[in-house]
Amino acid sequence: MSRAVPGAPWGHSVARAEPFVRRFIHPFLWAVVLLPIVGIGVQGLTGGLGANPIRSLEHATGEWALRFLAACLAVTPLLKLTGWGWLVAERRFLGLAAFYWAFGHLSVYIGLDMFFDVSDIVEDVLKHLYITAGMLAFLLMLPLALTSTKGWIRRLGGRKWNALHRLVYVAAVAACVHFFWGVKKDLEEPILYASVFALLFALRLVWWQRKRAAIRSEPRTVAR
Amino acid sequence: MLIRRPDDIPSSEITPESVYLNRRAFMGTAGALALGAALTPDALHALSATGTGVQQLKVTDEEDATSYNNFYEFGTGKEEPREQAAGFRTKPWTVAVEGLVKTPTTFAIDDLLKGLPVQERTYRHRCVEAWSMVIPWQGVQLKDIVNRCEPLPSARFLEMTTLLDPSRMPGQRRREVLPWPYKEALRLDEAMHPLAMLATGMYGKPLPPQNGAPLRLIVPWKYGFKGVKSIVKLRFTDKQPNTTWNDVRASEYGFYANVNPTVDHPRWTQAKERPIGAFLKIPTLMFNGYGDQVASMYAGMDLRKYY
Repeated sequence: MSRAVPGAPWGHSVARAEPFVRRFIHPFLWAVVLLPIVGIGVQGLTGGLGANPIRSLEHATGEWALRFLAACLAVTPLLKLTGWGWLVAERRFLGLAAFYWAFGHLSVYIGLDMFFDVSDIVEDVLKHLYITAGMLAFLLMLPLALTSTKGWIRRLGGRKWNALHRLVYVAAVAACVHFFWGVKKDLEEPILYASVFALLFALRLVWWQRKRAAIRSEPRTVAR
Repeated sequence: MLIRRPDDIPSSEITPESVYLNRRAFMGTAGALALGAALTPDALHALSATGTGVQQLKVTDEEDATSYNNFYEFGTGKEEPREQAAGFRTKPWTVAVEGLVKTPTTFAIDDLLKGLPVQERTYRHRCVEAWSMVIPWQGVQLKDIVNRCEPLPSARFLEMTTLLDPSRMPGQRRREVLPWPYKEALRLDEAMHPLAMLATGMYGKPLPPQNGAPLRLIVPWKYGFKGVKSIVKLRFTDKQPNTTWNDVRASEYGFYANVNPTVDHPRWTQAKERPIGAFLKIPTLMFNGYGDQVASMYAGMDLRKYY
Protein backbone atom coordinates (compact mmCIF):
# COMPACT_ATOMS: atom_id res chain seq x y z
CA MET A 1 0.00 0.00 0.00
CA SER A 2 2.85 2.30 0.73
CA ARG A 3 4.74 1.21 -2.34
CA ALA A 4 4.40 4.67 -3.83
CA VAL A 5 6.90 5.73 -1.20
CA PRO A 6 10.53 4.95 -1.93
CA GLY A 7 11.74 1.87 -0.12
CA ALA A 8 9.94 -1.23 1.10
CA PRO A 9 6.93 -0.76 3.37
CA TRP A 10 8.30 -3.19 5.94
CA GLY A 11 11.55 -3.71 7.73
CA HIS A 12 12.14 -0.09 8.64
CA SER A 13 13.67 0.22 12.05
CA VAL A 14 14.10 3.19 14.26
CA ALA A 15 17.79 2.25 14.69
CA ARG A 16 18.42 3.05 11.04
CA ALA A 17 16.20 6.13 11.02
CA GLU A 18 17.38 9.69 10.65
CA PRO A 19 18.98 11.19 13.78
CA PHE A 20 16.09 13.60 14.48
CA VAL A 21 13.69 10.68 14.57
CA ARG A 22 15.94 8.77 16.93
CA ARG A 23 16.60 11.77 19.15
CA PHE A 24 13.24 13.54 19.24
CA ILE A 25 10.31 11.83 17.55
CA HIS A 26 10.87 8.39 18.99
CA PRO A 27 11.41 9.49 22.62
CA PHE A 28 8.36 11.71 22.28
CA LEU A 29 6.23 8.74 21.16
CA TRP A 30 7.58 6.66 24.04
CA ALA A 31 6.41 9.39 26.41
CA VAL A 32 2.97 9.51 24.78
CA VAL A 33 2.61 5.75 25.14
CA LEU A 34 3.82 5.60 28.75
CA LEU A 35 2.44 8.82 30.22
CA PRO A 36 -1.14 7.48 30.50
CA ILE A 37 0.24 4.86 32.91
CA VAL A 38 1.54 7.66 35.12
CA GLY A 39 -1.77 9.50 34.79
CA ILE A 40 -3.80 6.45 35.72
CA GLY A 41 -1.40 5.66 38.58
CA VAL A 42 -1.76 9.15 40.03
CA GLN A 43 -5.55 8.94 39.65
CA GLY A 44 -5.50 5.57 41.39
CA LEU A 45 -3.56 6.97 44.34
CA THR A 46 -5.67 10.11 44.68
CA GLY A 47 -9.08 8.49 44.27
CA GLY A 48 -9.43 9.98 40.81
CA LEU A 49 -10.67 6.68 39.43
CA GLY A 50 -13.95 7.24 41.27
CA ALA A 51 -16.30 4.92 43.08
CA ASN A 52 -15.82 2.02 40.67
CA PRO A 53 -12.07 2.05 39.96
CA ILE A 54 -12.02 -1.33 38.23
CA ARG A 55 -14.57 -0.12 35.71
CA SER A 56 -12.60 3.12 35.26
CA LEU A 57 -9.41 1.14 34.62
CA GLU A 58 -11.19 -1.01 32.05
CA HIS A 59 -12.45 2.05 30.22
CA ALA A 60 -9.14 3.90 30.33
CA THR A 61 -7.01 0.98 29.11
CA GLY A 62 -9.50 0.15 26.36
CA GLU A 63 -9.64 3.72 25.12
CA TRP A 64 -5.85 4.04 25.01
CA ALA A 65 -5.64 0.80 23.04
CA LEU A 66 -8.11 2.24 20.53
CA ARG A 67 -6.23 5.53 20.34
CA PHE A 68 -2.88 3.89 19.59
CA LEU A 69 -4.51 1.54 17.12
CA ALA A 70 -5.93 4.57 15.31
CA ALA A 71 -2.52 6.28 15.48
CA CYS A 72 -0.88 3.18 14.00
CA LEU A 73 -3.40 3.05 11.16
CA ALA A 74 -2.93 6.78 10.57
CA VAL A 75 0.77 6.30 9.75
CA THR A 76 0.34 5.05 6.19
CA PRO A 77 -2.15 7.73 5.10
CA LEU A 78 -0.02 10.40 6.75
CA LEU A 79 3.04 9.07 4.98
CA LYS A 80 1.29 9.33 1.63
CA LEU A 81 -0.02 12.80 2.30
CA THR A 82 3.21 14.23 3.66
CA GLY A 83 5.88 12.05 2.12
CA TRP A 84 7.65 11.89 5.51
CA GLY A 85 9.51 8.64 5.04
CA TRP A 86 10.65 8.47 8.65
CA LEU A 87 7.04 7.84 9.76
CA VAL A 88 7.14 4.25 8.61
CA ALA A 89 9.65 3.38 11.32
CA GLU A 90 7.09 4.38 13.95
CA ARG A 91 4.24 2.31 12.57
CA ARG A 92 5.39 -0.86 14.27
CA PHE A 93 6.04 1.01 17.51
CA LEU A 94 2.48 2.42 17.57
CA GLY A 95 1.02 -0.97 16.66
CA LEU A 96 2.85 -2.57 19.55
CA ALA A 97 1.72 0.24 21.85
CA ALA A 98 -1.89 -0.51 20.86
CA PHE A 99 -1.27 -4.19 21.55
CA TYR A 100 0.24 -3.57 24.99
CA TRP A 101 -2.65 -1.31 25.99
CA ALA A 102 -5.10 -3.94 24.72
CA PHE A 103 -3.19 -6.48 26.79
CA GLY A 104 -3.56 -4.19 29.83
CA HIS A 105 -7.27 -3.87 29.08
CA LEU A 106 -7.66 -7.65 28.91
CA SER A 107 -5.57 -8.10 32.06
CA VAL A 108 -7.78 -5.72 34.05
CA TYR A 109 -10.84 -7.61 32.85
CA ILE A 110 -9.42 -11.04 33.68
CA GLY A 111 -7.52 -10.22 36.85
CA LEU A 112 -9.55 -7.47 38.50
CA ASP A 113 -13.05 -7.52 37.04
CA MET A 114 -13.50 -11.29 36.78
CA PHE A 115 -10.83 -12.10 39.39
CA PHE A 116 -9.46 -15.04 37.34
CA ASP A 117 -12.78 -16.91 37.50
CA VAL A 118 -12.23 -19.09 34.44
CA SER A 119 -15.75 -20.46 34.15
CA ASP A 120 -17.23 -16.95 34.45
CA ILE A 121 -14.82 -15.64 31.83
CA VAL A 122 -15.55 -18.47 29.39
CA GLU A 123 -19.27 -17.98 29.84
CA ASP A 124 -18.91 -14.23 29.39
CA VAL A 125 -16.88 -14.61 26.18
CA LEU A 126 -19.24 -17.18 24.67
CA LYS A 127 -22.54 -15.66 25.76
CA HIS A 128 -22.08 -11.94 25.57
CA LEU A 129 -21.32 -10.72 22.09
CA TYR A 130 -19.58 -7.51 23.06
CA ILE A 131 -17.08 -9.49 25.10
CA THR A 132 -16.72 -11.93 22.19
CA ALA A 133 -15.94 -9.04 19.86
CA GLY A 134 -13.36 -7.61 22.26
CA MET A 135 -11.67 -10.96 22.71
CA LEU A 136 -11.62 -11.43 18.93
CA ALA A 137 -9.96 -8.04 18.49
CA PHE A 138 -7.25 -9.00 20.97
CA LEU A 139 -6.69 -12.46 19.46
CA LEU A 140 -6.32 -10.88 16.01
CA MET A 141 -3.69 -8.48 17.33
CA LEU A 142 -1.73 -11.25 19.05
CA PRO A 143 -0.12 -12.81 15.93
CA LEU A 144 0.66 -9.33 14.65
CA ALA A 145 2.54 -8.47 17.84
CA LEU A 146 4.36 -11.82 17.79
CA THR A 147 5.48 -11.41 14.17
CA SER A 148 6.48 -7.79 14.56
CA THR A 149 10.18 -8.61 14.83
CA LYS A 150 12.69 -8.30 12.01
CA GLY A 151 13.33 -12.03 12.21
CA TRP A 152 9.68 -12.82 11.50
CA ILE A 153 9.54 -10.36 8.65
CA ARG A 154 12.50 -12.16 7.07
CA ARG A 155 11.07 -15.61 7.79
CA LEU A 156 7.66 -14.85 6.34
CA GLY A 157 8.83 -12.67 3.51
CA GLY A 158 7.41 -9.25 2.82
CA ARG A 159 4.40 -10.35 0.86
CA LYS A 160 3.14 -12.92 3.36
CA TRP A 161 3.97 -10.70 6.29
CA ASN A 162 2.05 -7.85 4.74
CA ALA A 163 -0.96 -10.07 4.06
CA LEU A 164 -0.96 -11.32 7.65
CA HIS A 165 -0.76 -7.82 9.01
CA ARG A 166 -3.89 -6.78 7.13
CA LEU A 167 -5.64 -8.51 10.07
CA VAL A 168 -5.21 -5.21 11.85
CA TYR A 169 -8.20 -3.90 9.90
CA VAL A 170 -10.38 -6.74 11.14
CA ALA A 171 -9.09 -6.15 14.67
CA ALA A 172 -10.00 -2.47 14.46
CA VAL A 173 -13.54 -3.29 13.30
CA ALA A 174 -13.93 -5.88 16.08
CA ALA A 175 -12.68 -3.35 18.64
CA CYS A 176 -15.21 -0.76 17.45
CA VAL A 177 -18.03 -3.32 17.57
CA HIS A 178 -16.89 -4.21 21.11
CA PHE A 179 -17.17 -0.54 22.10
CA PHE A 180 -20.57 -0.02 20.41
CA TRP A 181 -22.13 -3.08 21.98
CA GLY A 182 -20.59 -2.38 25.37
CA VAL A 183 -22.15 1.02 26.01
CA LYS A 184 -25.61 1.30 27.45
CA LYS A 185 -27.16 4.09 25.43
CA ASP A 186 -24.90 7.07 24.82
CA LEU A 187 -23.13 6.23 21.54
CA GLU A 188 -21.21 9.49 21.30
CA GLU A 189 -17.76 8.04 22.04
CA PRO A 190 -18.08 4.81 20.02
CA ILE A 191 -19.27 6.89 17.07
CA LEU A 192 -16.29 9.22 17.46
CA TYR A 193 -13.76 6.37 17.43
CA ALA A 194 -15.54 4.50 14.63
CA SER A 195 -15.54 7.67 12.52
CA VAL A 196 -11.77 8.00 12.85
CA PHE A 197 -11.27 4.39 11.76
CA ALA A 198 -13.81 4.81 8.95
CA LEU A 199 -11.87 7.81 7.65
CA LEU A 200 -8.58 5.91 7.77
CA PHE A 201 -10.19 2.98 5.93
CA ALA A 202 -11.81 5.26 3.34
CA LEU A 203 -8.46 6.85 2.46
CA ARG A 204 -6.99 3.42 1.87
CA LEU A 205 -9.93 2.40 -0.27
CA VAL A 206 -9.58 5.49 -2.45
CA TRP A 207 -5.83 4.92 -2.94
CA TRP A 208 -6.32 1.24 -3.58
CA GLN A 209 -8.90 1.93 -6.28
CA ARG A 210 -6.69 4.56 -7.89
CA LYS A 211 -3.79 2.14 -7.93
CA ARG A 212 -5.92 -0.52 -9.56
CA ALA A 213 -7.11 1.92 -12.17
CA ALA A 214 -3.51 2.94 -12.85
CA ILE A 215 -2.39 -0.67 -13.23
CA ARG A 216 -5.23 -1.36 -15.67
CA SER A 217 -4.40 1.59 -17.84
CA GLU A 218 -0.72 0.61 -18.02
CA PRO A 219 0.44 -1.13 -21.22
CA ARG A 220 0.60 -4.88 -20.69
CA THR A 221 4.26 -5.12 -21.48
CA VAL A 222 5.21 -5.14 -17.82
CA ALA A 223 6.55 -8.50 -16.77
CA ARG A 224 4.53 -10.11 -14.01
CA MET B 1 -50.41 -8.87 30.96
CA LEU B 2 -51.72 -8.10 34.42
CA ILE B 3 -51.59 -11.07 36.70
CA ARG B 4 -53.68 -9.90 39.59
CA ARG B 5 -56.72 -7.75 39.14
CA PRO B 6 -57.22 -5.74 42.25
CA ASP B 7 -60.50 -4.25 40.98
CA ASP B 8 -62.52 -6.01 43.61
CA ILE B 9 -60.39 -4.68 46.45
CA PRO B 10 -60.52 -1.03 47.45
CA SER B 11 -57.16 0.40 46.53
CA SER B 12 -56.54 1.46 50.09
CA GLU B 13 -56.78 -2.15 51.29
CA ILE B 14 -54.44 -3.85 48.85
CA THR B 15 -51.46 -4.42 51.10
CA PRO B 16 -52.00 -7.37 53.41
CA GLU B 17 -51.58 -6.49 57.07
CA SER B 18 -49.07 -9.33 57.53
CA VAL B 19 -46.62 -7.66 55.20
CA TYR B 20 -46.46 -4.50 57.23
CA LEU B 21 -43.22 -3.95 59.00
CA ASN B 22 -43.46 -1.57 61.83
CA ARG B 23 -41.13 1.29 61.82
CA ARG B 24 -39.48 0.46 65.11
CA ALA B 25 -38.48 -3.04 63.93
CA PHE B 26 -37.16 -1.55 60.76
CA MET B 27 -35.10 1.03 62.56
CA GLY B 28 -33.71 -1.80 64.69
CA THR B 29 -32.55 -3.87 61.75
CA ALA B 30 -31.21 -0.80 60.01
CA GLY B 31 -29.27 0.02 63.15
CA ALA B 32 -27.95 -3.53 63.40
CA LEU B 33 -26.85 -3.30 59.81
CA ALA B 34 -25.01 -0.06 60.44
CA LEU B 35 -23.42 -1.58 63.56
CA GLY B 36 -22.34 -4.64 61.58
CA ALA B 37 -20.75 -2.36 59.07
CA ALA B 38 -18.98 -0.45 61.80
CA LEU B 39 -17.58 -3.63 63.29
CA THR B 40 -16.16 -4.88 59.99
CA PRO B 41 -15.14 -1.79 58.14
CA ASP B 42 -13.36 -3.41 55.24
CA ALA B 43 -14.48 -6.98 55.35
CA LEU B 44 -17.99 -7.01 54.03
CA HIS B 45 -19.80 -9.50 56.16
CA ALA B 46 -22.88 -8.34 57.97
CA LEU B 47 -26.28 -9.82 58.47
CA SER B 48 -28.73 -8.70 55.91
CA ALA B 49 -31.40 -6.35 57.16
CA THR B 50 -34.18 -8.38 55.70
CA GLY B 51 -33.61 -11.86 56.96
CA THR B 52 -32.63 -13.71 53.82
CA GLY B 53 -29.49 -15.05 55.41
CA VAL B 54 -25.92 -13.92 55.42
CA GLN B 55 -25.14 -11.42 52.75
CA GLN B 56 -22.00 -9.42 52.29
CA LEU B 57 -23.03 -5.91 53.15
CA LYS B 58 -21.54 -2.64 54.19
CA VAL B 59 -23.06 0.81 54.01
CA THR B 60 -21.59 2.50 50.96
CA ASP B 61 -19.40 5.54 51.48
CA GLU B 62 -21.52 8.65 51.19
CA GLU B 63 -18.92 10.12 48.83
CA ASP B 64 -19.32 7.15 46.47
CA ALA B 65 -23.13 7.15 46.63
CA THR B 66 -23.24 10.85 45.79
CA SER B 67 -20.58 10.83 43.06
CA TYR B 68 -21.32 7.65 41.11
CA ASN B 69 -24.78 8.17 39.67
CA ASN B 70 -26.91 7.25 36.70
CA PHE B 71 -29.04 10.32 36.17
CA TYR B 72 -28.94 10.98 32.43
CA GLU B 73 -30.81 14.27 32.87
CA PHE B 74 -27.46 15.55 34.18
CA GLY B 75 -25.18 13.68 31.77
CA THR B 76 -24.49 10.06 30.88
CA GLY B 77 -21.15 9.77 32.68
CA LYS B 78 -21.20 8.42 36.22
CA GLU B 79 -19.47 11.48 37.66
CA GLU B 80 -21.34 14.01 35.52
CA PRO B 81 -24.58 14.28 37.55
CA ARG B 82 -22.81 15.66 40.61
CA GLU B 83 -21.11 18.37 38.53
CA GLN B 84 -24.06 19.16 36.28
CA ALA B 85 -26.67 19.11 39.04
CA ALA B 86 -24.79 21.45 41.35
CA GLY B 87 -27.10 24.31 42.28
CA PHE B 88 -30.22 22.59 40.89
CA ARG B 89 -33.22 24.43 42.37
CA THR B 90 -35.74 22.21 44.15
CA LYS B 91 -37.79 25.04 45.63
CA PRO B 92 -40.53 25.67 44.77
CA TRP B 93 -41.48 22.12 43.75
CA THR B 94 -44.89 20.79 42.88
CA VAL B 95 -46.17 17.29 42.21
CA ALA B 96 -49.16 16.90 39.90
CA VAL B 97 -51.57 14.06 40.69
CA GLU B 98 -53.47 12.95 37.62
CA GLY B 99 -55.47 10.16 36.07
CA LEU B 100 -57.77 7.84 37.97
CA VAL B 101 -58.00 9.78 41.22
CA LYS B 102 -60.91 11.28 43.09
CA THR B 103 -59.68 14.83 42.49
CA PRO B 104 -56.73 15.64 40.23
CA THR B 105 -54.58 18.04 42.25
CA THR B 106 -51.23 19.73 42.13
CA PHE B 107 -49.52 19.54 45.50
CA ALA B 108 -46.75 21.72 46.76
CA ILE B 109 -44.22 19.11 47.85
CA ASP B 110 -44.52 20.10 51.51
CA ASP B 111 -48.28 19.59 51.40
CA LEU B 112 -47.87 16.20 49.76
CA LEU B 113 -45.55 15.04 52.52
CA LYS B 114 -47.12 16.89 55.46
CA GLY B 115 -47.90 14.76 58.49
CA LEU B 116 -46.69 11.50 56.96
CA PRO B 117 -44.48 9.36 59.20
CA VAL B 118 -40.83 9.77 58.25
CA GLN B 119 -39.11 6.51 57.42
CA GLU B 120 -35.45 5.76 57.98
CA ARG B 121 -34.39 2.71 55.98
CA THR B 122 -31.13 1.18 54.90
CA TYR B 123 -31.67 -0.69 51.65
CA ARG B 124 -29.55 -2.57 49.20
CA HIS B 125 -29.50 -0.84 45.83
CA ARG B 126 -28.80 -3.06 42.82
CA CYS B 127 -28.09 -1.36 39.52
CA VAL B 128 -28.98 -3.23 36.33
CA GLU B 129 -25.32 -2.66 35.36
CA ALA B 130 -24.27 -5.22 38.01
CA TRP B 131 -22.94 -2.89 40.68
CA SER B 132 -24.58 -2.28 44.01
CA MET B 133 -24.65 -0.02 47.02
CA VAL B 134 -26.17 -0.02 50.49
CA ILE B 135 -27.79 3.30 51.23
CA PRO B 136 -29.52 4.77 54.28
CA TRP B 137 -32.57 6.60 52.96
CA GLN B 138 -35.02 8.93 54.63
CA GLY B 139 -38.47 9.48 53.22
CA VAL B 140 -42.07 8.35 53.35
CA GLN B 141 -43.82 5.14 52.43
CA LEU B 142 -45.16 5.33 48.91
CA LYS B 143 -48.45 3.84 50.10
CA ASP B 144 -49.04 6.87 52.30
CA ILE B 145 -48.64 9.09 49.25
CA VAL B 146 -50.91 6.85 47.18
CA ASN B 147 -53.58 7.04 49.88
CA ARG B 148 -53.25 10.82 50.00
CA CYS B 149 -53.87 10.90 46.23
CA GLU B 150 -57.13 8.97 46.68
CA PRO B 151 -56.96 6.73 43.61
CA LEU B 152 -60.22 5.35 42.22
CA PRO B 153 -60.83 1.60 42.61
CA SER B 154 -60.23 1.27 38.87
CA ALA B 155 -56.61 2.47 39.24
CA ARG B 156 -54.17 -0.40 38.78
CA PHE B 157 -50.87 1.29 37.94
CA LEU B 158 -48.97 4.31 39.16
CA GLU B 159 -46.83 6.20 36.66
CA MET B 160 -44.17 8.61 37.95
CA THR B 161 -42.48 11.26 35.83
CA THR B 162 -39.25 13.22 36.21
CA LEU B 163 -39.14 16.97 35.70
CA LEU B 164 -38.77 18.04 32.07
CA ASP B 165 -36.71 21.22 31.94
CA PRO B 166 -33.68 21.20 29.63
CA SER B 167 -32.66 24.62 30.94
CA ARG B 168 -32.09 23.13 34.39
CA MET B 169 -31.32 19.56 33.32
CA PRO B 170 -28.68 19.94 30.61
CA GLY B 171 -28.66 16.23 29.77
CA GLN B 172 -32.18 16.65 28.39
CA ARG B 173 -30.81 18.85 25.60
CA ARG B 174 -29.43 15.70 24.02
CA ARG B 175 -32.63 14.29 22.63
CA GLU B 176 -30.93 11.22 21.17
CA VAL B 177 -30.03 9.91 24.61
CA LEU B 178 -33.52 9.16 25.93
CA PRO B 179 -37.08 10.25 25.13
CA TRP B 180 -37.56 12.83 27.87
CA PRO B 181 -39.12 13.11 30.35
CA TYR B 182 -38.08 9.93 32.12
CA LYS B 183 -41.05 7.82 33.21
CA GLU B 184 -41.36 4.82 35.43
CA ALA B 185 -44.33 2.92 36.76
CA LEU B 186 -45.36 0.29 39.27
CA ARG B 187 -48.34 -1.98 39.56
CA LEU B 188 -50.49 -0.46 42.28
CA ASP B 189 -49.93 -3.40 44.64
CA GLU B 190 -46.19 -2.84 44.23
CA ALA B 191 -46.64 0.84 44.96
CA MET B 192 -48.64 -0.04 48.08
CA HIS B 193 -45.96 -2.43 49.32
CA PRO B 194 -44.49 -1.28 52.62
CA LEU B 195 -40.92 -1.50 51.32
CA ALA B 196 -41.63 1.00 48.52
CA MET B 197 -40.81 4.55 49.48
CA LEU B 198 -40.36 8.04 48.18
CA ALA B 199 -37.04 9.30 49.48
CA THR B 200 -36.39 12.91 50.42
CA GLY B 201 -33.02 12.32 52.05
CA MET B 202 -30.04 10.01 52.38
CA TYR B 203 -27.29 9.66 54.97
CA GLY B 204 -29.37 11.87 57.25
CA LYS B 205 -29.21 14.84 54.89
CA PRO B 206 -31.57 16.24 52.27
CA LEU B 207 -31.35 14.30 49.01
CA PRO B 208 -28.57 15.74 46.83
CA PRO B 209 -29.75 16.74 43.34
CA GLN B 210 -27.59 14.09 41.66
CA ASN B 211 -29.49 11.46 43.66
CA GLY B 212 -32.91 12.72 42.59
CA ALA B 213 -33.84 15.67 44.81
CA PRO B 214 -36.30 16.55 46.05
CA LEU B 215 -38.30 13.34 45.65
CA ARG B 216 -37.32 9.96 44.21
CA LEU B 217 -38.73 6.46 44.15
CA ILE B 218 -37.02 3.63 46.05
CA VAL B 219 -38.10 0.06 45.29
CA PRO B 220 -35.22 -2.00 46.69
CA TRP B 221 -36.24 -5.33 45.14
CA LYS B 222 -36.05 -3.85 41.62
CA TYR B 223 -33.14 -2.66 39.51
CA GLY B 224 -32.10 0.91 40.17
CA PHE B 225 -33.48 2.34 36.94
CA LYS B 226 -37.01 1.86 38.31
CA GLY B 227 -36.17 4.49 40.93
CA VAL B 228 -37.35 7.55 39.02
CA LYS B 229 -35.80 10.77 40.29
CA SER B 230 -36.94 14.38 40.74
CA ILE B 231 -40.60 13.39 40.47
CA VAL B 232 -43.11 16.01 39.34
CA LYS B 233 -46.07 13.87 38.35
CA LEU B 234 -47.99 10.91 39.72
CA ARG B 235 -50.56 9.48 37.32
CA PHE B 236 -52.90 6.61 38.13
CA THR B 237 -53.97 4.41 35.23
CA ASP B 238 -55.84 1.21 34.52
CA LYS B 239 -53.41 0.11 31.80
CA GLN B 240 -49.70 -0.65 32.17
CA PRO B 241 -47.96 2.65 31.38
CA ASN B 242 -45.00 2.89 29.04
CA THR B 243 -41.73 3.24 30.88
CA THR B 244 -38.59 4.87 29.52
CA TRP B 245 -35.93 2.13 29.40
CA ASN B 246 -38.52 -0.47 28.45
CA ASP B 247 -39.60 1.76 25.54
CA VAL B 248 -36.04 2.33 24.43
CA ARG B 249 -34.77 -1.24 24.66
CA ALA B 250 -37.39 -3.75 25.74
CA SER B 251 -35.07 -6.75 25.31
CA GLU B 252 -32.73 -5.41 27.98
CA TYR B 253 -35.00 -3.58 30.41
CA GLY B 254 -38.33 -5.08 31.43
CA PHE B 255 -41.31 -3.34 32.98
CA TYR B 256 -40.98 -5.34 36.19
CA ALA B 257 -37.19 -5.17 36.45
CA ASN B 258 -37.19 -7.28 39.58
CA VAL B 259 -33.64 -8.12 40.62
CA ASN B 260 -33.17 -11.68 39.41
CA PRO B 261 -29.80 -13.46 39.32
CA THR B 262 -31.22 -16.19 37.07
CA VAL B 263 -32.29 -13.91 34.23
CA ASP B 264 -29.28 -12.34 32.54
CA HIS B 265 -29.19 -9.00 30.87
CA PRO B 266 -28.55 -9.86 27.19
CA ARG B 267 -25.08 -8.33 27.45
CA TRP B 268 -23.94 -9.36 30.91
CA THR B 269 -24.71 -11.72 33.72
CA GLN B 270 -26.92 -10.66 36.60
CA ALA B 271 -25.74 -13.52 38.80
CA LYS B 272 -23.15 -11.36 40.53
CA GLU B 273 -22.68 -7.76 41.48
CA ARG B 274 -19.79 -5.57 42.53
CA PRO B 275 -20.56 -3.69 45.73
CA ILE B 276 -19.17 -0.20 45.23
CA GLY B 277 -16.20 0.10 47.55
CA ALA B 278 -15.44 -3.64 47.48
CA PHE B 279 -12.87 -5.45 45.40
CA LEU B 280 -14.63 -8.77 44.92
CA LYS B 281 -18.04 -9.39 43.43
CA ILE B 282 -20.76 -11.04 45.48
CA PRO B 283 -23.69 -13.20 44.39
CA THR B 284 -26.85 -11.29 43.58
CA LEU B 285 -29.91 -12.38 45.56
CA MET B 286 -33.38 -13.02 44.16
CA PHE B 287 -35.45 -9.85 44.57
CA ASN B 288 -32.22 -8.29 45.83
CA GLY B 289 -32.68 -10.19 49.10
CA TYR B 290 -36.21 -8.94 49.73
CA GLY B 291 -37.93 -12.11 48.48
CA ASP B 292 -39.56 -12.88 51.84
CA GLN B 293 -41.45 -9.61 51.64
CA VAL B 294 -42.17 -9.27 47.93
CA ALA B 295 -42.11 -12.68 46.21
CA SER B 296 -45.82 -13.29 46.90
CA MET B 297 -46.73 -10.38 44.63
CA TYR B 298 -45.30 -12.33 41.68
CA ALA B 299 -46.60 -15.79 42.57
CA GLY B 300 -47.42 -17.74 39.43
CA MET B 301 -45.71 -15.28 37.11
CA ASP B 302 -43.06 -16.44 34.69
CA LEU B 303 -40.25 -14.14 35.73
CA ARG B 304 -38.25 -15.02 32.60
CA LYS B 305 -41.04 -13.55 30.55
CA TYR B 306 -41.91 -10.70 32.89
CA TYR B 307 -38.33 -9.66 33.62
